Amino acid sequence: MSTAPRLTALDALHRSLGATMTDFAGWDMPLRYASERDEHNAVRTRAGLFDLSHMGEITVTGPEAAAFLSYALVGNIATVGNGRARYTMIVQEDGGIVDDLIVYRLGETEYMVVANAGNAQIVLDALTGRVGGFDAEVRDDRDAYALLAVQGPESPAIMKAVTDADLDGLKYYAGLPGTVAGVPALIARTGYTGEDGFELFVAPEHAEQLWRALTEAGAPHGLIPCGLSCRDTLRLEAGMPLYGHELTTALTPFDAGLGRVVKFEKEGDFVGREALTAAAERAETAPPRKLVGLIAEGRRVPRAGFPVVADGKVIGEVTSGAPSPTLGKPIAMAYVDAAFAAPGTEGVGVDIRGTHEPYEVVALPFYKRQK
Amino acid sequence: MSNPQQLRYSKEHEWLSAVEDGVATIGITEYAANALGDVVYAQLPEVGDTVTAGATCGELESTKSVSDLYSPVTGEVTAANQDVVDDPSLVNSAPFEGGWLFKVRIAEEPADLLSADEYTAFTGN
Repeated sequence: MSTAPRLTALDALHRSLGATMTDFAGWDMPLRYASERDEHNAVRTRAGLFDLSHMGEITVTGPEAAAFLSYALVGNIATVGNGRARYTMIVQEDGGIVDDLIVYRLGETEYMVVANAGNAQIVLDALTGRVGGFDAEVRDDRDAYALLAVQGPESPAIMKAVTDADLDGLKYYAGLPGTVAGVPALIARTGYTGEDGFELFVAPEHAEQLWRALTEAGAPHGLIPCGLSCRDTLRLEAGMPLYGHELTTALTPFDAGLGRVVKFEKEGDFVGREALTAAAERAETAPPRKLVGLIAEGRRVPRAGFPVVADGKVIGEVTSGAPSPTLGKPIAMAYVDAAFAAPGTEGVGVDIRGTHEPYEVVALPFYKRQK
Repeated sequence: MSNPQQLRYSKEHEWLSAVEDGVATIGITEYAANALGDVVYAQLPEVGDTVTAGATCGELESTKSVSDLYSPVTGEVTAANQDVVDDPSLVNSAPFEGGWLFKVRIAEEPADLLSADEYTAFTGN
């Protein structure tokens, strides 16, 4: 694409903080402010503040909004309670994953679908194309929101300093409207880091005021601004898939080990049902490849696309890899042939620029927080 | 950032110290270290290796990517910085000092090494 990158409402602020910026899905986003390892560790042990305004918000309203979303997505959206959220996916007729999504139920007949930045237009088009026949409306709200995230064990204490909202009553994967630092916000207890945390959807014109208030309230708790680089290593340690890496249109949710998000028991037809029924059976009887974790014995880092090898043969492919700040070793997610997918399988390595480096096969995730 | 005046620079973002008894110390610049992000693994040439100006002689791996390490001069490696191998973050925290990478007994150096001011202009800072 030759178009100029899109800027978030916080662009000038990021630059004043000395952020290294990167192009991400057509947006100019902070990659890191200083050391990405320090940012990663801050989120694991204290708190980090992210600008995630590139994420794509789509609002669905109307008397049949729930029925429509249950038809258009693989999840049973009709069972999502008011003020709750659900991790789900949208697939093609052939079961291939178009995107992974979070759907927030904002009201009796109002839902917000949050898509990945790189897929937002595709998801919007797909929803618009599937809404015919339902008494529901699909609205592009990408420009209506800035999205800030406070993530890490200190995030509840920081949030309590800037809002009177009932955070103790706000469970994981729930969202409620409230006022934060004087601005109206949708407060969601969601994230992509493997830590407790909050995502705050606000009007773009309020983003800077909110960022500054959170920075101030967070300072005594060790909160620092965090970029997308550490967000990637945080989600990788937490075993969370990233679209374009672990999830693609060539894979069904079952291929990705996420068949649990597909709800066959829901009422009515849904896009992909037939193909996914077959995919579920295939995954049961003859799984082609499985998503596993790999931990390096050495220090060279596997990257997306590197071959996974055993006995001199290619048995899989790395989908994401990075040096893990928490484990102190390189880690990766990879799809490998089922015969090599059991944790502890001997003799598995990654071809790192021609050298076969030994790797340990482990179950995901690499990191799970203490509750 | 400022590039020390007493050093010379390559367009591949290595720096070269003043030559003492035919030997110069080599590292990567602060500009390069910032572009890489946190360096987590350094593979350096070994003592006795012959390195060639403009050719790869090792690699530096960061959170996001891996980069080839180039030698700005031709010659024989007389030392490699074991401190950096043990703690690659030195490349980020002290690129012009404790984060040096290797030393070379110079056999030949290219004519197009840059002064500090030229390198600063080259990186647009």
